[in-house]
Amino acid sequence: MKQVLKVEDMSVTFELHQSEVQAVREMNFTLSEGETLAVVGESGSGKSQAFLAIMGLLAKNGRAGGRAMMGDINLIGMPPRQLDTHRGKDIAMIFQDPMTSLNPTLKVRTQLAEVLVKHRDYDQQKATMAAIEMLERVGIPEPVKRANAYPHELSGGMRQRVMIAMALLCQPKILIADEPTTALDVTVQAQMLDLFKTLTEDFGTSLVLITHDLGVVAGVADRMMVMYGGRAVEKGTVDDLFYDPRHPYTLGLLHSTPHIAKRAARLDPIQGLPPSLEHLPKGCSFNPRCAFAFDRCLVERPPLTDTGNGREKACFYEGPMAYGKVA
Amino acid sequence: MNQTPINLLEIKDLKKTFSISGGLFSRRLTLTALEDINFTIRKGETLGIVGESGCGKSTLGRCILQLLAPDEGQVLWLGQDLTRLPAEEMRMRRQDLQIIFQDPLASLNPRMTVGEIIADPLRALRPELNKDERRARVLKIMEAVGLLPEMINRYPHEFSGGQAQRIGIARALITEPKLIVCDEPVSALDVSIQAQILNLLAELKDEFGLTLIFISHNLSVVRHVSDRILVLYLGRIVELATGDEIYEDPKHPYTRALLTAVPIPDPKLARLRNIDALKGEIPSPINPPSGCTFRTRCRFAKPYCAEKRPPLERIEDDRLVACHRWREIEVPVEAVLGA
Repeated sequence: MKQVLKVEDMSVTFELHQSEVQAVREMNFTLSEGETLAVVGESGSGKSQAFLAIMGLLAKNGRAGGRAMMGDINLIGMPPRQLDTHRGKDIAMIFQDPMTSLNPTLKVRTQLAEVLVKHRDYDQQKATMAAIEMLERVGIPEPVKRANAYPHELSGGMRQRVMIAMALLCQPKILIADEPTTALDVTVQAQMLDLFKTLTEDFGTSLVLITHDLGVVAGVADRMMVMYGGRAVEKGTVDDLFYDPRHPYTLGLLHSTPHIAKRAARLDPIQGLPPSLEHLPKGCSFNPRCAFAFDRCLVERPPLTDTGNGREKACFYEGPMAYGKVA
Repeated sequence: MNQTPINLLEIKDLKKTFSISGGLFSRRLTLTALEDINFTIRKGETLGIVGESGCGKSTLGRCILQLLAPDEGQVLWLGQDLTRLPAEEMRMRRQDLQIIFQDPLASLNPRMTVGEIIADPLRALRPELNKDERRARVLKIMEAVGLLPEMINRYPHEFSGGQAQRIGIARALITEPKLIVCDEPVSALDVSIQAQILNLLAELKDEFGLTLIFISHNLSVVRHVSDRILVLYLGRIVELATGDEIYEDPKHPYTRALLTAVPIPDPKLARLRNIDALKGEIPSPINPPSGCTFRTRCRFAKPYCAEKRPPLERIEDDRLVACHRWREIEVPVEAVLGA
């Protein structure tokens, strides 16, 4: 499969008043054509910051290191003007709250057409026609009517679709979706996930799905990367990680997720709280919450290691992982 | 449980409308948030309330607690109608009925310490307690919800979302309530923390003999905690049954549709599943469809569904459903859950 993105040794650092915080460290991954990669983690795991860095959208006090190669161009450290020739055209990003990404004072069609006028040199009329067509493609009923609406006149699900339509106008090779369905009702969420499947299957778009919801991951992703404390701790196919997790944190996440078809008396959650990035524990960042930690984990940080069959994990523990009562 | 369950709360013909502005110079419009709501809550059970945003689930929770005054109907607490209770008596009754909210940090006063926040209901409701007695109770409750005693003098902003929710739960528990309305109590929390809080609620329920109303849009979470489940659509009850019945043999097409839309954290099942996604979105409650309000999105709808509103029928001892066609639309469970 053709590789569309290769991220190497990427890091993200934020400067605070007196100190620095490393939000993402030593990130490495590849994304193939038409593939869906899920990036899973809790708040503060660095999952969003990593991709904001790739898009050149970090906050002013943030800076990114390493490489994010799209073909032979490196997106990290690229000047904004040059980045603008790729953003929206080759790589696009959508967010949890569409209202923060849509301009409230412009009609939907104006915002959509602008993308094509800018990137594709379409004239206004042709751009508007293409915009309406795309609205229809992403499942918006009465697209002509919606195109003439302002964002606030649309429902949440509809706005999310508008944002996806906008991201797809130039048919980017890569779409990054940051918690795209978290704010939506389950019924609308199901429609969105369906739409994502169509995108990757019919358009060959590569999708990065950033989420904390393992249910969403199971339905649409091919591979997944689990993040904790700014680092990837386990990588592999969705089936491998769901049915045979090798990192205790992945296992813990699975046991924390309620399953609608199975009713256990108690969930088996991970104890404790996610770490603060300013005070990461010594050794393995997960060790204070880990049921399998031993002395080595307290002093040495496990590197992300290839364990065969395209799997990687960052954990010293090699024994069986029966987890609580559920296992 | 062979004894006849005690009905702690009985909701009869509850209706709630809101008057909203239709814009500058236009007439005010009436939005019917809840209508024909009838159900009971038994002592010791957890009743889940589910539905899409705007279905009226939070409004229902607030009407039960008299935080919103219903337009019509009764809320009977052990036979006593709370809607007619004088303000002062209702205030005392609040010892028995408490609430926890979705956004834990937003529901805590940032200028009060944790100890003051948790003790606050006691000041109003149990004025006879002195400072030491209050403090002793606060410490006891803090321990029960998993907060350390040394946290008593800290302020809410020093806490993470999960810990802030523990503070909210402690504040609700301090008056020794009989019933707690949990309004999306874990929706804002990380997955691992969400599971901790769900387990905590289950433990506290056993320990204190609580009855819970659990409002959530997350059906997996509701399934996990609830004994019985009430499904709302556009302000009306469409189905009420035990958790197992709802998930294994849903009768109302809306319940089925909701269930098929729930993501399953199991890749093989998720791939096998034949998602019959609901088309479109919830209609405006200002101008709801005629007859059955769900018919515009229902794939089983017939012309007569537009003419008559389906009554909430008692189809078994303890099952209610509001659909003209529930008898005719058998769909095997596997098709719903993919299991």
